[in-house]
Amino acid sequence: MPTENLCARVEELSGENVFACYQCGMCSAGCPLTEEMDRLPSQVIRDLQLDDPELLESNAMWVCASCLACEVRCPKGVDLAKLMEALRQIVLRRALDNVSLDDMKREDIRSLPQIALVASLRKKTG
Amino acid sequence: MDDGKRTQIYIMGKAYDVPVGITIMDAMEYAGYRFTRGAGCRSGFCGACGTVYRKEGEYRLEFALACQEMVEEGMHLTQLPFTPAPRASYALDELDPSENVLLQFYPEIARCVSCNTCTKACPQDIEVMDYIQAALRGDLERVTELSFDCIQCGLCAMRCPADIKHYHVAQMARRLHGVSASPEPEHLSVRMAELSDGTYDAELDELVAMDVDGLKARYAQRRIEPASEEGS
Amino acid sequence: MNGIPYFPGCSLKDSARGFESSALFVMETLGLPLVELERWNCCGTVYSLTEDDLMHHLASVRNLIRTREAGGDELVALCSMCYNTLARVAARVDADAEAREKINAFMDEEPDYEGGVQIVHLLHVLRDRIGPDAIAEATTRPLDGLSVATYYGCTLVRPKSVSVDDSENPTAMGDVLDATGATIVDFPFATECCGTYQVVDRPDLSLERSYRVLHSAARAGAHVVATACPLCQHNLEQARDRFAESDGIGALTVAYFTELLAAALGADPPPEGLGPMLEIHVTAEGGA
Repeated sequence: MPTENLCARVEELSGENVFACYQCGMCSAGCPLTEEMDRLPSQVIRDLQLDDPELLESNAMWVCASCLACEVRCPKGVDLAKLMEALRQIVLRRALDNVSLDDMKREDIRSLPQIALVASLRKKTG
Repeated sequence: MDDGKRTQIYIMGKAYDVPVGITIMDAMEYAGYRFTRGAGCRSGFCGACGTVYRKEGEYRLEFALACQEMVEEGMHLTQLPFTPAPRASYALDELDPSENVLLQFYPEIARCVSCNTCTKACPQDIEVMDYIQAALRGDLERVTELSFDCIQCGLCAMRCPADIKHYHVAQMARRLHGVSASPEPEHLSVRMAELSDGTYDAELDELVAMDVDGLKARYAQRRIEPASEEGS
Repeated sequence: MNGIPYFPGCSLKDSARGFESSALFVMETLGLPLVELERWNCCGTVYSLTEDDLMHHLASVRNLIRTREAGGDELVALCSMCYNTLARVAARVDADAEAREKINAFMDEEPDYEGGVQIVHLLHVLRDRIGPDAIAEATTRPLDGLSVATYYGCTLVRPKSVSVDDSENPTAMGDVLDATGATIVDFPFATECCGTYQVVDRPDLSLERSYRVLHSAARAGAHVVATACPLCQHNLEQARDRFAESDGIGALTVAYFTELLAAALGADPPPEGLGPMLEIHVTAEGGA
């Protein structure tokens, strides 16, 4: 996994200023899925500021549901959802899908509304 | 009839002078290629001869059937005679047409980004994107309508950024629609009943017992439908 | 045209037919019929968030072009996810001429999109154009006695630029349903995520999130949770069925807000699944 200059690449892909964050924690407080994440949203952005190469191994960006609770509450106007998307894209653009179509079971697909599949594949496949 | 006129084309990068006014397939054979793949009916029906080409001075790739498309000066071409697209395994009578089975068997349909690249790749002028969109929402009838002319050449699947296998999806839709929704043709039902009842047994037995000369004579005397007036 | 152009989205034609049929009935009854957009395609939810990605906006832009071809300058969406995606793409290409040019150049088989189509959610139309008074007048089966928890989820209220109302305390759905006589209950999970697309490969996540929403609604005394999104509807229903034994959740009905409206406006029979709930809770006598 290519981890050099992670922060710069994420800033470029997202258009966000990672260093505007002053670690208030509002994003983590509002995020509905923190219990599942191995690091909090506010820790993700801190790790970006520190260019932590292990960030791409985190599950946070895959657990993220793009609900935008973080974006709407950030007092500095940092769009954390875009940072999460950038992290996902860095992985996905190497054809490393996070969800496997081949492993999907027909019975599972049967009951789902189309938008579930469309959205999931948009966010988790390249 | 070869009138001596020649035009230069490039087959897989190598230049050849071939007669004007012939198809890509004929030109490739003229140049010395022998088809063991990528040729079939030679009539635009079987989909074996999918071809990608580019015209001199143009940046766009174009798509055609080698047996139908005429050569042009400066054409750069190659064939794509096979697409390794897996076809789902299913038994039609086990499927419930009220569910969106297309999505169950081909979930990659949900990855369609409506880029229309498939439509641009189709040598049969089919609105491929439109039928994939219909497939996404479970509209079997519309997929059937729009995909009717598909000959499964595979060019769409090769170009799709979402790795959709359009023609397999369409075939499944047509089959399912045919089984579940299309009205059964009455004349077919009548004929099937006649066959079961043995109406044609005597005639068939006679043909089976005939020798080759007898068959030839019978064939030469067969009744032929008169050709219709308006273009047949 | 008589009516407004409307964008159904894939799910409304298949797994969420009840949403569409009830909405069509409601708008027909209120005198502003929804006219389905010709040759629409999947909107491509969820909005793509990287700066350089234009390909994933194509799907929505095509629908904007269709709207123009139909002679319209606005498009009404029912599904919140479609609404959100279409609205954000429309805003993006309106604001960024270069992106718009590139998209137009790529889609060379389409007429150029010049911008300007407005994406509107049905709630905008019901609340602002038709108005609660007209809805109250058209109500032939008042829903008095019915306690409704209006659930917005995420895509209807975030980001702020496309929100149908205040992102933290929206009332649009409540304002519209209140006009039918129903009681709108306040509950803290109205804008908390249901788990959305995580249901595909992490159904445990969406079950957990949806359980929280239902639990909150049940505690607030709701009889029905009103939704505006086929995925919220699906996730909440799954959680309701899975956790039916606990905390009053089994007694909850989950329905599209348009289905409740349709029942109030006299749909006969009422939308599927609502009959028993209406029998039990609605105290008002029917009839105009």
